[in-house]
This record gives sequence, C-alpha cells and structure tokens, in this order.
Amino acid sequence: MAITIEHEMHKRRFGRNFGVAMVLIAFVALVFGLTLAKVSGGGSIQGFDHTYRPALDQPAAAGGVN
Amino acid sequence: MTDIRSFEQTGEAGFGDYVALLKPRVMSLVVFTAMVGLLVAPVAVHPMVAFASVLFIALGGGASGALNMWWDADIDRVMKRTQGRPVPSGRVAPEEALGLGLALSGIAVVMLALAANFVAAGLLAFTIFFYAVIYTIWLKRSTPQNIVIGGAAGAFPPMIGWAVATGGVSIESVLMFALIFMWTPPHFWALALFMRNDYGNAGVPMLTVTHGRRVTRNHILGYTLALAPVALVTGITSIGGPIYMGLAIVLNVIFVLGAWRIWRRDEDQAEADGFRVEKKFFRFSLIYLFLHFAGFLAETALRPYGLGGW
Repeated sequence: MAITIEHEMHKRRFGRNFGVAMVLIAFVALVFGLTLAKVSGGGSIQGFDHTYRPALDQPAAAGGVN
Repeated sequence: MTDIRSFEQTGEAGFGDYVALLKPRVMSLVVFTAMVGLLVAPVAVHPMVAFASVLFIALGGGASGALNMWWDADIDRVMKRTQGRPVPSGRVAPEEALGLGLALSGIAVVMLALAANFVAAGLLAFTIFFYAVIYTIWLKRSTPQNIVIGGAAGAFPPMIGWAVATGGVSIESVLMFALIFMWTPPHFWALALFMRNDYGNAGVPMLTVTHGRRVTRNHILGYTLALAPVALVTGITSIGGPIYMGLAIVLNVIFVLGAWRIWRRDEDQAEADGFRVEKKFFRFSLIYLFLHFAGFLAETALRPYGLGGW
C-alpha cells in the first residue's frame, strides 16, 4: 500500500520527464517546420514526385513574374 | 516494510529548476532585442526561419546563463539576490549546470547555423564564449570594469538578429550593439548602489567596492552622457526615423536627468530616503532600453504605410 503513495519526489521527477518530453516534441516540430520553410523557399511544394513539372511554373509565367 | 515517505529528500530538481538555470528574465531581453534586430533588417526572412533563429539565439543566451551559474555558484551562495538560484540552493548539481550549459550551447550554435547562416552562428558562439569565459571566469572577479566589458555579451543579440537576416554586420547593427553596451554600466551600477554590501561580501570587485560610491555616481553620469549621443545617432540611420528620434530625445533627457540626480546626492541623502532615486533610475533604465527598441520596431512596422523611417 505504502509503495503507491505519491512522494513529492515523484511529482518532481514526473514534471521533469514531462517537461523533457514536451521540449523534444517541440524540437521535432520546429525542425519539421524549418525543413518545410527551407525546402519550399516560401512557395508552394508538391512532394509526390521528383521531376520538373512546367505546370507548377505556369501561374508565375502567365503573370509575367519570375 | 519500507515506507517511501521515510526516504531522505534527494535534492532532485524539477523541470522549473533547469529553466531557472537559463535565466529566463535575461532571456526575455535577449529575445526582444534579437527579434528587433532581425525585423528591422532590410532583408525579409521567412517567419519560420525568424522564429527558429530567435529561439536558438535565446537558447544560446540561456546556455551561457547556465555556465555562469555553474562557475559563480560560490559567490551566488553569498549574495542575497542569488541565494535562491538552483545551484547554490542545492537543487541542481554544479556539474549538471555545466553539462546543460555546454550541451545547449552546442545545440544553439549548430541549429542557428542550419536555420540561418554561419555569420549569425559565429556571432552567437562568440557571445557565449565572451559571457562565460571572458566575463564570468576572467573579468568578473578581477576588475571593477567587469560590468562595462561584460555588457558586450548582452549587447550582441540584436547584432545576431541582424546577421540572421542580412548575413553580415553593418553600421546599424553596430549601433544597436553600442546602445546596449553603453546602457549596461549605468543600469548595473545603479543596482550596485542600492544592493549595498551584496557584491562586497561576495568579493566581486564592483566599482562601488573598489573605488567607492562617490566614484560610482560619477561613472553613472559619465556613461549616461556618453550613451545619449549613441542613441540619437542611431536615429539618423536606416533603422531610425522621426518616431524613434522623438522617443529617444524624451527618454535620454529623462535618463540624463536621473543620472544627474544620482550624481548630486551623497550617501546620507540616499540612505535617508532608502535609495529612492537610485531605484527609480534602475527601473527606468529597463523602460529606456525597451522603448528604444520598440521605437526601431515602430519605424519598420509603419514604413509600409508611409509613416516610418526618414
């Protein structure tokens, strides 16, 4: 019975582990977001193939903007 | 049967103790000034890159704070203001603070290099080195000019923010650096005047201890007078404008006036009213710096509407 009693130490240990978990999740999200920003360079991306598709450039070409 | 409640307190730190090692209050100033440096630069940065860069600059600043707490644990134990910090209070072991500081320094510099560029990362690495080694380990305990030279570490963030956007250093970023660099001594010496014997007991050669309080008052006035032209000259560069200039004139008149009031007082007068003028000057110094950088930001924010800048 006594072993189940929550000690203050457990609370702190849980808080610390929870905090580290949150930091790691946030870091993963940040690197993912950063990757998207770097890869897209501010434009839209379609990631299902790796070949050049002129269709993606047409709106820009039609508008006369490079 | 062993009762878990009978265990000795382990001194295990909570998550908040590790956050406290990173000096979150100092970090808030780093975040704000770095963000302003980045936003007022003439090159647009992707919001995600900007967010990540400011975060890693703050992390680097926090890491140097942890290294500072590792080295200074002995004097932090003596000073009233710092006794509750995680290392002197025994919640975090000094080696943990060192490990955290070194690890976060590495992560912050590498990630800033990947998120932004090598110039910004190099400046961040130099800032951490400057604060932890040049200031904390070397100068803090050896010269009364510690605050002046150490202030450079706190002055780098807007320069790093500018480098994130532009990839370089220019007159504007140097002037933002100079603004914080010149502001730091009067800010800290005012604190040293009313914190009384704290630094003396810890054996830190603050100007108040080595040269006396009269000399400190003279120095506060001198540095405040030297700071004003720096603040005003920054206003005529590309990051300044009429809003900033108006703000800077008002703020510097009040700041110089405050420094003059500190200068003309002696210890008996200060003692009599509980260092009211010194405390007021210290509090205003925080507003002073915040509003100068808010002024730069306002000039940039209003530029699209034809209001900001010259």
